[in-house]
Amino acid sequence: METIKPLIQYLAVLCLSPLLLGIINRVKAWFAGRRGSPLLQLYFDLYKLSYKTSVYSRTTTWLFRAGPIIGLGAILCALAALPFAGRPGFLAFDGDFIFLIYLLGLARFFTVLAALDTGSSFEGMGASREIQFAVFAEPAFFLSLAALSKATGRLSLSGMFLALEPASWQAAAPALLLLTAALFIILLAENSRVPVDDPNTHLELTMVHEVMVLDHGGPDLGFILYGAALKLWFFGALIASAVLPRHSGSWLYDGLAFLAMMAVIAAGIGVVESVMARLRMIKVQYLLMAALVFSVLALLFQTGR
Amino acid sequence: MNTFAELTIVFIILLNLALAVSGSLSVCIRLAAVQGVAAGLLPLLAAGGVRGRAMAFAGFIILLKGVVFPWLMFRAREKTGARRDVDPLIGYPASIMLCLGAFAASSWLGSRLPLPHSSVAYIVPASLATIFTGFLLITTRAKAITQVLGYLVIENGIYIFGLALFVEQPLMVELAILLDVFVAVFVMGIAIFHISREFDHIDTDQMAELTDWHRPEDAKW
Repeated sequence: METIKPLIQYLAVLCLSPLLLGIINRVKAWFAGRRGSPLLQLYFDLYKLSYKTSVYSRTTTWLFRAGPIIGLGAILCALAALPFAGRPGFLAFDGDFIFLIYLLGLARFFTVLAALDTGSSFEGMGASREIQFAVFAEPAFFLSLAALSKATGRLSLSGMFLALEPASWQAAAPALLLLTAALFIILLAENSRVPVDDPNTHLELTMVHEVMVLDHGGPDLGFILYGAALKLWFFGALIASAVLPRHSGSWLYDGLAFLAMMAVIAAGIGVVESVMARLRMIKVQYLLMAALVFSVLALLFQTGR
Repeated sequence: MNTFAELTIVFIILLNLALAVSGSLSVCIRLAAVQGVAAGLLPLLAAGGVRGRAMAFAGFIILLKGVVFPWLMFRAREKTGARRDVDPLIGYPASIMLCLGAFAASSWLGSRLPLPHSSVAYIVPASLATIFTGFLLITTRAKAITQVLGYLVIENGIYIFGLALFVEQPLMVELAILLDVFVAVFVMGIAIFHISREFDHIDTDQMAELTDWHRPEDAKW
């Protein structure tokens, strides 16, 4: 049983992550007084996309086809090292948080390359904006994980969250609070949620992430949508593990509490999206700079201790 | 209890950064006032027990920094008709990076200063960083009113620094400093008003030369 538990966790993540977007959309619809799309809408979309055929432009090269596959593969690989409810993923090793950051960077790099490969000026613009945001979001992510590593004294992501206890929240409350705030801003930025990017926008000029995938269709688009859902789970799970440090020891109970926390985080994202408008493109970097500042402060607080 | 004090310290540091990045004058005045109130609450949180004298003293400080100073500043702003933005001489990203660097330098300095051990971590770096933010506001913002604001932020920093040394002995000293600051803000408000009446602006950059003669390329006003 102990050997297959990590596998069950991994499969649960793969099956449940599209549900997060459903929860976000339901919360947004509830705020706007609408009925909203079904909770399982993304599953239906993925199923519909899976039996369509992809169409490729004659001007594109293999990079365009490789983009979605490498993007999905990188995030699948990253999820294998991610702890689930305080239990290590089956790929966890010392220093794996740096590996995860590079995997996410690889996924981003190939998405951007595939967008540039189409030769469309809109996609080039989206790619440029994506990288512009990543310039601040990636160091902020790296430094917040480094602060967490410093706070817990562990080098592997699973070890960090395993060592995190209610007592460490008492001892290092400022640093942990700062890095949780930083992680939440990074979650919004990396998953192109509202203050940074609007996932529902249909005007090419204002799109950031959505415009990069305009030319993908069929299973390729399915890979991208599924990869985005997994990425949302990835960042949500980091926050959920940070704010939920108590481990009872019971696998089932911990797992259920963790899943409930994920739903709460998704609802929180929905609330944020409902109550605030998208920032002006010039102001976005200040938001990301705030995340960077939070994580630098968290790291400074921990190193001085 | 100390957790709350440390969270207040973090809040004060974040307010420093917000002051460095905020472009609106009224927001800056409010931020400095909130910082003063947070600094006034700090001794109550750090000491643990609440005593009558400390309470009265904290109440006085909060009243002065949270109500009187902002009121005087808003009054000076109204009278001078200062525009709403703060006119920074360097960009906001550069300001925020300078502030962060100041905090890093002050945490290094704070670990080396031979001070009595305080029960609350990070009082000294936070106070030094606050003083630095005040200097930054004074040196990199063009308007005279922002320089008064920087002066108030420096006072906040000095007050927090005093907390690191003692928790309640320096009441009288601190009271004297506060009264000085009060008078200074009052006088500076009047001075700014006179400057703006005389020159139609409070841009200190254009007051570098004390002469009646203007070069034609400088004649902006």
